[in-house]
Amino acid sequence: MKERRSVVDNALRPVRALYVAAVRPIQEAYNALPASVRRWTMPAVLLLGFLLSLAAPSLINLYWQQVLIYVGINIILAASLNLINGYMGEFSVGHAGFMAVGAYVASIMTVWVFPRMGLKEAVPYLFPLALTIGGLAAGLTGLVVAIPSFRTRGDYLAIVTLAWNMIVKSVLENLDVVGGPRGFMGMQKLTNLPWVFVWVVVTIYLLRNLIYSNLGRGILSIREDEIASSLVSVDTRRVKIVAFVISSFFAGVAGGLFAHIIQFIDPRTFSILKSTDVLVMVYLGGIGSLGGSILGASIYTILMELLRPLQVWRWVVGPLLLVLLMIFRPRGIMGLREWGFLIPKEERPAFVDALREQVRQKREPAAVPAGASE
Amino acid sequence: MPLLQIRGLTHYFGGLRAVHNFNLDLEPGELVGIIGPNGAGKTTVFNLITGVYRPTAGEILFNGHSLVGKRPDQIIAMGIARTFQTIRLFKDLSVLDNVRIAHFAQTSYGVMDALFRLPRYRREEAEIRERAMELLDLMGLADQANWVASSLPYGLQRRLEIARALATEPRLLLLDEPAAGMNPGEITELMDLIQWIRRQFNLTIILIEHQMRVVMGICERIKVMDFGETIAEGTPTEVQNNPRVIEAYLGEEAIV
Ligand SMILES: Nc1ncnc2c1ncn2[C@@H]1O[C@H](COP(=O)(O)OP(=O)(O)OP(=O)(O)O)[C@@H](O)[C@H]1O
Ligand SMILES: [Mg+2]
Repeated sequence: MKERRSVVDNALRPVRALYVAAVRPIQEAYNALPASVRRWTMPAVLLLGFLLSLAAPSLINLYWQQVLIYVGINIILAASLNLINGYMGEFSVGHAGFMAVGAYVASIMTVWVFPRMGLKEAVPYLFPLALTIGGLAAGLTGLVVAIPSFRTRGDYLAIVTLAWNMIVKSVLENLDVVGGPRGFMGMQKLTNLPWVFVWVVVTIYLLRNLIYSNLGRGILSIREDEIASSLVSVDTRRVKIVAFVISSFFAGVAGGLFAHIIQFIDPRTFSILKSTDVLVMVYLGGIGSLGGSILGASIYTILMELLRPLQVWRWVVGPLLLVLLMIFRPRGIMGLREWGFLIPKEERPAFVDALREQVRQKREPAAVPAGASE
Repeated sequence: MPLLQIRGLTHYFGGLRAVHNFNLDLEPGELVGIIGPNGAGKTTVFNLITGVYRPTAGEILFNGHSLVGKRPDQIIAMGIARTFQTIRLFKDLSVLDNVRIAHFAQTSYGVMDALFRLPRYRREEAEIRERAMELLDLMGLADQANWVASSLPYGLQRRLEIARALATEPRLLLLDEPAAGMNPGEITELMDLIQWIRRQFNLTIILIEHQMRVVMGICERIKVMDFGETIAEGTPTEVQNNPRVIEAYLGEEAIV
């Protein structure tokens, strides 16, 4: 086992070296910039990204636009699942179930509810609202799943979410109002690259804010040691439930985006296979890392596109990759590490060092350092 | 009024009686030791006080409020903190985060404040960061604030566990064999540290310890347990000369 692991490591070494070689100069150049310029780098990059996404139709063909849209949707899915499986260390396997709820609810909003309210022309502008409502519906079902799963200590989550995913699928198959097994259609093609870009940025930003907060630290402490966590005052049950609801919310948003790009959804789209795909992205990119989820979703989505010629055999790749990852690289590429720009300024080591000096200056000299033999 | 009152505390693990009829009145400011051979039930008493297990029988009053049936995090938020016999730090997290997590119950901003970085989030986070750093500085751990907890040397890990417990702002601190695995020099330092935090933070302390040097050196009062029973109680000298205690430790390592 050990030897095989080192084979994987050796194989990855050139890749890592290449990555470092590519990134280091950029980092150095960036650090050399004056602080006033650095402050505007992020907004500028985001603006540029948004402008590129607007210009995409004249830059790349329809196929690659579509692939990029899927990359974005998958980033939202992977990052939100990472909150539960990576940051919190639980094992949820039914993310596609929440995606389905968001997809159907958002579609119902744009196809039925808004037009019947006499807002047919306004539907494109109400799209974000439809996605948010889809997300909220998914979050609500997340609450229903979370409460029994986290009632007692122990690992029920995997079983409950597995059952949940299957229940959603069979309920949708038997729900004739939304087309049953024939699926639901009539959605306009409202999802485009600029919208996806905005939602990805919003998702990553909000998840980042959450992770670097009291609740986020609670989430991490549950992964590290749940009992110790409750014994330093963390209300572990509440933390788990809130995290799960937020994770489900974003899965729902992703579902809404998905529904409005393929313009046709049916229950089979949201099978356990879809959930497995998201699991692969999380464990490939790296647990406990938003950068990892961005990476994992991008690599996996593009890989699956390139493997299209394999036809049905393509569906073996995901599960197989998942098993291999769990054995050889359970933490993934970026496991527990983060890209610097995704870390808030106040959380970076340099800021902590400055804080230490500040605290020391303020301390009255009378205080006795602990442990000093008196 | 005693800070902690324990009456007839009894706990069974299946058929095994781990603790039987344990009683304790703890006045504010006291430092009481609990000793006893392996498996005597000492750690179980801590687990019962902090709500990890629900006692089979008995009552625990803290400041007059019953603790039985409360969740651990509620009990900790009421002003009790503890450390563990085997270190249970959040290994992959930074030293600073280990301490900040212990501010959980003292934080009042909500999820929305955090998601959108509203002023309340910023204000409270700045406060927590500063308080955590001050505590680390007091405990001599500030230089390692950015380190991953598991990379600390053993003695500092023990110290971080105490710092993390103190961050919950307890009135009662439960220390479970803090000297385990330490060398004589580190033990002397630890004894100084315990007495220093006791004064600095106005603490009442219960100390479980196998190292007789520590117990005899800093506890005013000692309870001796064996097979779940309290077999002796008194000052260090009284306990040391008690025939039942000497008998219980027969076959164990020498008591002094
Ligand atoms: N979770 C548990 N389930 C079953 N039995 C347990 C459990 N925890 C402790 N025990 C048993 O209860 C008894 C008391 O254990 P406890 O850990 O309280 O002893 P202790 O006095 O702390 O011993 P030590 O000095 O070795 O730490 C022992 O016989 C132990 O095996
Ligand atoms: Mg013990």
